[in-house]
Amino acid sequence: MIRLIEDNDPSAFELLKQLYPHAGGAFIIGITGSPGVGKSTLIDAMITEFRKLGKKVAVIAVDPSSPVSGGAILGDRIRMQRHATDTGVFIRSMASRGQKGGLSRATKDAVIVLDAMGYDVIIIETVGAGQAEFDIAGLAHSVGIVSIPGTGDGIQAVKAGILETGDIFIVNKSDKPDADAACHELVMMLGMRNLSETQWTPGVLKTIARNGTGVDKLAQSFLSHFNFMKKNGLIDLKRKKMEQMYFQSILKDLTLEKILALMKESTNFKETSKKIESGSMNPLSAAELMVKTLKVTR
Amino acid sequence: MKTKNKIRVLIAKPGLDGHDKGAKIVALALRDAGMEVIYSGLHQTLDQIMQTATQEAVDVIGLSIMSGAHLPICEKLIGMMKEQGLTDVYLTVGGVIPHQDIPKLKEMGVAEVFPGGISFEGITTGMNKLFE
Repeated sequence: MIRLIEDNDPSAFELLKQLYPHAGGAFIIGITGSPGVGKSTLIDAMITEFRKLGKKVAVIAVDPSSPVSGGAILGDRIRMQRHATDTGVFIRSMASRGQKGGLSRATKDAVIVLDAMGYDVIIIETVGAGQAEFDIAGLAHSVGIVSIPGTGDGIQAVKAGILETGDIFIVNKSDKPDADAACHELVMMLGMRNLSETQWTPGVLKTIARNGTGVDKLAQSFLSHFNFMKKNGLIDLKRKKMEQMYFQSILKDLTLEKILALMKESTNFKETSKKIESGSMNPLSAAELMVKTLKVTR
Repeated sequence: MKTKNKIRVLIAKPGLDGHDKGAKIVALALRDAGMEVIYSGLHQTLDQIMQTATQEAVDVIGLSIMSGAHLPICEKLIGMMKEQGLTDVYLTVGGVIPHQDIPKLKEMGVAEVFPGGISFEGITTGMNKLFE
């Protein structure tokens, strides 16, 4: 089913429509951070913790596609091998491809499938945050941002624009020197953040994903953030926001598809294309003209 | 035969042999040929391989075997694939495979065999041919 979504199969849309009413029960966590900070290993340890609590866990691990060949190496699950035969754990790698509607849409579709399948916790793993194309905060209830000690001063974090999206900050590999300094830096930066919107004070946690140190606390923190949101009605707010975003991204895709198809059928399009070919009109003016002559009937 | 706009391949090393340089290089070659490669690493049990292939919805399972155990491993895995309904997934094998074993493997149901010494091009065209 996720495969159909990735392949842009038309039947996926119909299936998703049927699945949608069954989704909505899962707690969706986003984990993001630079390559090599230990996201996959951390998720592996988090799966163990959530499994101890009797929760079914699904993971969507997003890796980039090569812009040159379109291929991809998806190696995140290599760190999650010990859960490979646990039937309460589902791990799926997704390549970013050149997704129609951006990666967010395909990931959201996949989340719906896993949610409807009855997974209690869904973890989305991705590199980087804050890009327009992949807004992890618009997909997850709770966002964890992973960093490691010794990667530069706090300005790096502000520069990347990730401070605003995180609900929980994780300093992984905290057995390395400067872990405390990295934590203090984060706490200080977070202190300057405007929290009026959510009233949630983001925690900064130290973990060593390799041996699981601090991961039990981390799993608890995510759960308490979830409970906090539930208690304050924030979950409902978030749901509405997420549904609105999803609606608009689908609308954008469908509209684009339909209008482009209609445009390409028109004689106007053919004539304009010819004009570009013959050099009597440049592509910019041509596109502008096409949109200008577009009519919308109410 | 089925056509695919994007081929997803699982590269796995079953059993005990501990050299995965070859498997990693093949994974890179397949990526460069535009495929999506799930690399699951060393020491995989057949149960793990089955579970991964199912969850990742792959089109091809590519085993790398250099331990000499390719015949029993492939026979067992093909049995499991049939049993668990992975009938639309191709099984391919690479590694140290003696030439006289290739017909045996194909008879078993292995779609393609890539023995040592084959070029990257040989592997990628062999893979692509499965979907033509």
